[in-house]
Amino acid sequence: MRQYNSMRRLTSLLFLAGLGLLLAAILQRLNFGQPPMIVGDAINAAAPAQVGAANLVTSVVLAYRGFDTLLELTILFTAATAAGLALGREPGDRLADPEAGPIVRAGADLFFPLLLVVGLYIIFHGHLTPGGGFQGGVILAAAFFMPQLARPASRLEHRMTTLIEGLAGATFILIGLLALFEGEAFLTPLLGVGTLGTLLSAGTLPMLYLAVGLKVGAELAGLLASLAEMGAEE
Amino acid sequence: MDMGTLMFAGALGLMLIGTAALVLSGHLMRMVFGLALLESGASLLLVLTGYRSGASAPIILDGVVPASMVDPVPQALVLTAIVIALGVQALALGLVLRVHRAYGTFEMREIRRRMERDICDQAGLELPSSNEVPEPYPGSPKPQQGEY
Repeated sequence: MRQYNSMRRLTSLLFLAGLGLLLAAILQRLNFGQPPMIVGDAINAAAPAQVGAANLVTSVVLAYRGFDTLLELTILFTAATAAGLALGREPGDRLADPEAGPIVRAGADLFFPLLLVVGLYIIFHGHLTPGGGFQGGVILAAAFFMPQLARPASRLEHRMTTLIEGLAGATFILIGLLALFEGEAFLTPLLGVGTLGTLLSAGTLPMLYLAVGLKVGAELAGLLASLAEMGAEE
Repeated sequence: MDMGTLMFAGALGLMLIGTAALVLSGHLMRMVFGLALLESGASLLLVLTGYRSGASAPIILDGVVPASMVDPVPQALVLTAIVIALGVQALALGLVLRVHRAYGTFEMREIRRRMERDICDQAGLELPSSNEVPEPYPGSPKPQQGEY
């Protein structure tokens, strides 16, 4: 078996050497500072008038690639569901870790409202500044996970996160379907463009990002809680 | 070597290190970390390809459209890729924890050995064994007849 292992190691090293050569060959052809794609320039030129979002990355994520974002949310949902399935939740054995010290507990109490505000701010300004549903959702998940770190005995209500997640996902699809009733393509932004750079602009994009943020936040909070509970059971 | 090549080399190097951890390590936790490194390298490479010299971020501030903006498409791709990477890592961690709970170790070789033993137990078969069978794991005691 030792011989087999050294053989395996040798083939792995050979594979890595080949991969390194391949990557080095790619490195030779990469031109830093000159993007090879031309679609970016077209989007940069057309997006402000077409979508009305000051943050052009948001117009790409939700307007030009809205359908892809929906599928990516589906991937995240599948991964979170599978992780929850793999981790399992047995209601019988609920052995909890001891409570954290006073510093962590006070910190969790203090940071919970602040994290909520920051997370929601980032979600609502996703079409104006860097940020959006994905980033804000992660901050929301952190807000709901921190009290659990401080007091492991208090469990996150999994039924609640599942409900929020399902409603947010349904809202995203519903907004997409509304465009169909207007005679547009699926997930076309509605409600006009608005004034560039104001909070109420870019049509349905802020609503879509709110749905994304709530979905990602609920999903990750449930996932983190499952991981924490898995650790506590041992 | 100019700055750009250095940064591209960093991204590709991260991918190489991550792959090395995946194929060379037999420790499940290190393989998860290797996967995380690989994903970070790929994301970094994507963002770097969209960079244009001297351009600003693709954000319009106060109605002033910058003269030159970087490509927003790779940034949008990476935005979602990071979140998906997080979900995939959580799934991998969940599976690894599950395996650790069942077999009590993160070492791939050891897990494979115990799995084979369990399968043979269930099937009522004897483990394939001969006098030449080498020790299953460096430093472990010589296996008894029938156990391995």
